[in-house]
Amino acid sequence: MIEAKRSTAPLRIVVAKAGLDGHDRGAKVIARALRDAGMEVIYTGLFQSPEQIVQTALQEDADGIGLSILSGAHMTLFPLVLEQLKAQDAQDVVFFGGGTIPPDDAKALERMGVRAIFTPGTPLQEIVEFVRRECGRRELVN
Amino acid sequence: MIERASSEQAWKDASKAGKRRAGTGSGAVDRTISDVPLQTLYGPADLANLDVERDLGYPGFYPYTRGLHPNGYRDRLWTMRQFAGFGTARQTNERYKFLLAQGQTGLSVAFDMPTLMGYDSYAPQARGEVGRCGVAIDSLADMEALFSGIDMGAVTTSMTINGPAAIALAQYVAAAEKQGVSRRVLGGTVQADILKEYIAQKEWIFPPRPHMRLIVDMIAFCTDEMPRWNTISISGYHIREAGSTAAQELAFTLADGFAYVEACVARGMAVDSFAPRLSFFFNSHIDFFEEIAKFRAARRIYARHMRDRYGAKDPRSWQLRFHTQTAGCSATAQQPENNIVRVAYEAMAAVLGGTQSLHTNSMDEVHALPTEKSAEIALRTQQVLAYETNVANVVDPLGGSYFVEALTDEMEREAEAYFAQIAEYGGVIEAIEAGFFQREIADASYRYQRSIETKDRVVVGVNAFERNEEAGDIELLRITAETEAEQAQGVRRVREGRDAAPARAALERLQRACRDPKDNVMPHLIACVNAYCTEGEIVEAMVEVYGRYVERSVF
Repeated sequence: MIEAKRSTAPLRIVVAKAGLDGHDRGAKVIARALRDAGMEVIYTGLFQSPEQIVQTALQEDADGIGLSILSGAHMTLFPLVLEQLKAQDAQDVVFFGGGTIPPDDAKALERMGVRAIFTPGTPLQEIVEFVRRECGRRELVN
Repeated sequence: MIERASSEQAWKDASKAGKRRAGTGSGAVDRTISDVPLQTLYGPADLANLDVERDLGYPGFYPYTRGLHPNGYRDRLWTMRQFAGFGTARQTNERYKFLLAQGQTGLSVAFDMPTLMGYDSYAPQARGEVGRCGVAIDSLADMEALFSGIDMGAVTTSMTINGPAAIALAQYVAAAEKQGVSRRVLGGTVQADILKEYIAQKEWIFPPRPHMRLIVDMIAFCTDEMPRWNTISISGYHIREAGSTAAQELAFTLADGFAYVEACVARGMAVDSFAPRLSFFFNSHIDFFEEIAKFRAARRIYARHMRDRYGAKDPRSWQLRFHTQTAGCSATAQQPENNIVRVAYEAMAAVLGGTQSLHTNSMDEVHALPTEKSAEIALRTQQVLAYETNVANVVDPLGGSYFVEALTDEMEREAEAYFAQIAEYGGVIEAIEAGFFQREIADASYRYQRSIETKDRVVVGVNAFERNEEAGDIELLRITAETEAEQAQGVRRVREGRDAAPARAALERLQRACRDPKDNVMPHLIACVNAYCTEGEIVEAMVEVYGRYVERSVF
């Protein structure tokens, strides 16, 4: 009964900005697109630490975290979020991201466990479908 | 078949009979990229209200619609000023020397995020960010290294920094004086436009009101002691990059400019004492004519307000001088070489709009900071424009175009409508606090993104004419983790190597000045810098007085 209720509830997604990066256009567009697609979106606002982002996801019982970085700090901050997810035993939270990230770095991050990296020019629909598919799968597993 | 005589009615009939094209990118032929409606054709009727003397005038004369200089670019080309900075001061110094050797005529400093936000390179907040999107400048020692071997009295420098702008200016003055160059001859600008930080770019430190006080202090200081320095660069660039329309960029930027004018006047400064040194910075996006109209409207609106609303008497106070940068947000990660072409069109719009200086983006900036090669192509793009296309030979060549004049009028009308809305909030700061600008920009950016999704608009290589490519076939600039370690070590060395007592005393005097609204913080900042206080220490001292700003986020 509880399970059935949970699977029809809207997905909950944390859209996050980390470090000192103030470029929030992409994060806000993604947040709106996910909201328009029927999900519940929690936007962290700017300048969050990896610890704060994972705390927010846990408190909000989020199904996914989308992290946006355009400052070049992605190879530091994405792994730190992964570490925090592991430390909090929350690796089932679907962790994805995007920003100004060179292709080689994107591949490296995906190998480390970031589920997908979306770079500029990705259709919103593709991201919405990814979130729905991957976070929806998480719901089933739970 | 008898050919019909050309007449308005005949054209209307013929136009009506035409079959509009369908398919790829045809969803937006009747509006600009900013959603301004477009007619098929413009003609004399569209200029019925245009008074040539009143609305256009002559180049070099009020209201400056046709430009600031009587001979346009014939006397002097625009300044080719490429924004650059990465890694350590030493690395960036090498790039500057390269660019100057290639014929660049001014310097423009890009700082890294910790510097822009007021943190030293070893601060926990700085991890992963040091030297990544600009150069790390922690103390006077770094500023000295940045300009090592470059005559600061001969070159002009633009520094894109806002929250800690007054500190960067203090470092620049101190570094120049160490070279033996007097502050009175220094030319250049520091961006220092904090209002657009709250609106769009989000690199703030203190809350708006103390930040405004710092800016007025800086303008007052420069007015007295740095007569060749452009005191502030009021910027629409980042507003546009955050997703605004052209008219929003124009309106919000000018509104910010007027807010600074009002703040200086409120301090008791005469408008003509400081207004001639104010400057502006705009984006040049991909919608060619809309951008040209925006630049022309900007000059006209500014001249009218400065003369009639603020009572400026000196014509230099009426003149809106501006720098332009091509639109980073128009560049695509897909088929990055195409960005060279986009940049060329955008640069041409800026020149036809009468810019005073120009930065052309590099093709690879969607992925990383530019390589030396791509930075060179960007500069060459300007040189081809300046020396081969001949577009700079005639002043305001599009003046009188039915379309461009109608669009210029439309830009002015939309800007005035925004000014009225901002006034209803009680001013720019109040509108920021109410989230007005932030909402307007987020709405516009989402509308734009939707139009790409629906393919009403085409972005070549993104939603049409795609190529299945393995991205990553272009060479990219890499900033290594060693940079962070080297920089953090450098700043520690500076702290350990200096006399501690004078540094502490300078910081205390600075705090007292921050608490005293009658004092000016600038001389105290220069004293701190000369005592080798780091940027992070200075900012911390000021945060103790002013606090840090926290945004209420809207999306």
